[in-house]
Amino acid sequence: MELRPVTVPLGKATDATTDDQAAVFGVAGVSVRFGGLVALDDVSFSVGPGQVRGVIGPNGAGKTTLFNVCCGFVRPDTGTVLRHGRPVRGLRPHRLAGMGIARTLQGVGLFAGLTVLENVMVGAERHARAGFASTLFALSRSDRDERALRERAERALAELGVESYAARLPGSLPYPVQKRVSLARALAGAPDLLLLDEPASGLGADEMAELGELIRSLTARMSVVLVEHHMDLVMSVCDRITVLDFGRVVADGTPDEVRDDPAVIDAYLGEEATHS
Amino acid sequence: MTQQADTPQDTEKDTGQPAAPARAAAPAPRPGRFDAVRRRLPKSTFARHALAALGGLVVVFLVLELTNPFRNSQFATMSYYAIAAVGLTTLTGLNGQISLGHGALMAVGAYTTGLLLGPDADGAALPLPIVMLVAMAVTAVVGVVVGAAAARLHGPYLAGATLALAVALPGLAIYFDEWLGGEQGLRIAAPRPPDWFSDAVYFLSANETPGVKYLAYVGWITLLVVLLLMANLKRGRVGRVWQAVRDDEVAAELAGIRLGRTRVIAFVVSAACAGLAGAVLAVVVRLAAPSGFTIVLSLSLLTAVVLGGLGSFTGALLGSALLVFLTPTVTNLGTSLGLDATAAAEVAPFVYGVVLVLVMLLAPAGAVGVLRKLWHRTRGNHPGSSTRRSA
Repeated sequence: MELRPVTVPLGKATDATTDDQAAVFGVAGVSVRFGGLVALDDVSFSVGPGQVRGVIGPNGAGKTTLFNVCCGFVRPDTGTVLRHGRPVRGLRPHRLAGMGIARTLQGVGLFAGLTVLENVMVGAERHARAGFASTLFALSRSDRDERALRERAERALAELGVESYAARLPGSLPYPVQKRVSLARALAGAPDLLLLDEPASGLGADEMAELGELIRSLTARMSVVLVEHHMDLVMSVCDRITVLDFGRVVADGTPDEVRDDPAVIDAYLGEEATHS
Repeated sequence: MTQQADTPQDTEKDTGQPAAPARAAAPAPRPGRFDAVRRRLPKSTFARHALAALGGLVVVFLVLELTNPFRNSQFATMSYYAIAAVGLTTLTGLNGQISLGHGALMAVGAYTTGLLLGPDADGAALPLPIVMLVAMAVTAVVGVVVGAAAARLHGPYLAGATLALAVALPGLAIYFDEWLGGEQGLRIAAPRPPDWFSDAVYFLSANETPGVKYLAYVGWITLLVVLLLMANLKRGRVGRVWQAVRDDEVAAELAGIRLGRTRVIAFVVSAACAGLAGAVLAVVVRLAAPSGFTIVLSLSLLTAVVLGGLGSFTGALLGSALLVFLTPTVTNLGTSLGLDATAAAEVAPFVYGVVLVLVMLLAPAGAVGVLRKLWHRTRGNHPGSSTRRSA
């Protein structure tokens, strides 16, 4: 964990430009309206190399919409997505992987008809080189390419400790294992930015602790943006946290700063604290 | 959410760190009964599939040489159903697109063949393989147009659009009747076996090669080539991507897959198969007429694919065999049980319908689905633990 940026831009798009030169990824001044509903209002955040950025907020705060903007599923009305400080034009979901960005889905989103190994091989698609013709005629180029993809996939499965399930169909596996497989699929593409959408949902306390360790261990290779409900996990793994409420950034800072911020306690933690 | 601890693997608990020591608790992959055989197979995918195709060729040779001309003609019929069904099972089973228009695509192949071969056996300017390739290419081009439209449609809308194709396209033959022969269709000269072919068959089996048997060979060799190439696609990157798009669009897109392009390619490949099937149909039936390509043909192909088991090539073969052999078998059975000829002929479609309903009720995964389940039961495996689904 040698890479820790000292300064991280806060809040508004205007002051983000200079600091974003160091940032791997971010959004600046993003607003999204669905009809009359303002889902996101002038939201900015960024994540530096090897950093873990948490995005939290009560239900309906706009976390998922923000993720969908980051992935190109939702086009913002104003604002831009920034990659290495430069705005990304015409972001489409299928271009994301090629940009070195992987995203996991809420739930698991595994391909039910493919084996675990094949699922993870799809995750490594951006490294696939065999074209249609070489697959059609099963040229040796296609075999070589398949072998390389399989090795990538096997490495990713081994890293998450689920390589013994490689030949199984995902539907027959327990939920925590499926979660690991979907994470392995995201890692197989060797991204330098990982977008995790509620990775802890459906996990027990032990598994969540393991997940936290895993995310920290990933920062040696990539930056992570994490949308999550579980405060323990967010507070323990994130370097910086963005707190959303009604589509607006109400706080941005280190876990300690955010924890003590009255606006956050008002919007989120107070509600949470009474529950737990 | 609780942990569903129902398989022995669940006892596995590891730290998620690289090189977790607790992984020893996970079971080693079960040594299969056929691992020894599998290890002897060639490493190269092409060599493995080509070996299987050669084996198929030997079987085809034995069957066609040992059966009578009537059976030969039935096998010729089965071959073009099977070629189209393999293409359709690729589209519907592997990529999740439904098509009710494959009969119309076969018509494109058949009419192209008819126009190129002509009604006069001696007048044919082009050799048969070239004619078939052209028919395939023309149908593939039609497939690009239809596929581009289909890629934007889902479920019932896609079914409706392809249904419209099935209804409208044969109508073109009637509209351009001077060129395409109207209701009467195009008469097509049956290609004669080339001398080297008859000689080779005579050398191997001491049998002559009449026209019917030659056409059965043409159909089955085409089918084997189609199976070989489709197995390559299915086992490789292309098939994996098709299935990923079928199972989860969002996850596929996030992996960098372009959904539209992937769907169009699947449709074009499937259309090319239908075009080849149409070409074989044209020379076997010696006629390309609108009445041969009604919506019934499209629906029969779809039922064949579903009866056999979606996405399975073995299933497509089983389904086409059922299409060709079920009716005459039931009719024969009926007459030998004392029904008169008309009644026996009327029983056949009824039995076909009953088989269809029963399969849907008892084995929605089709014949191959049932076989797979039995196979896993005998091996004592979890149903989900299949290493690969059969080709």
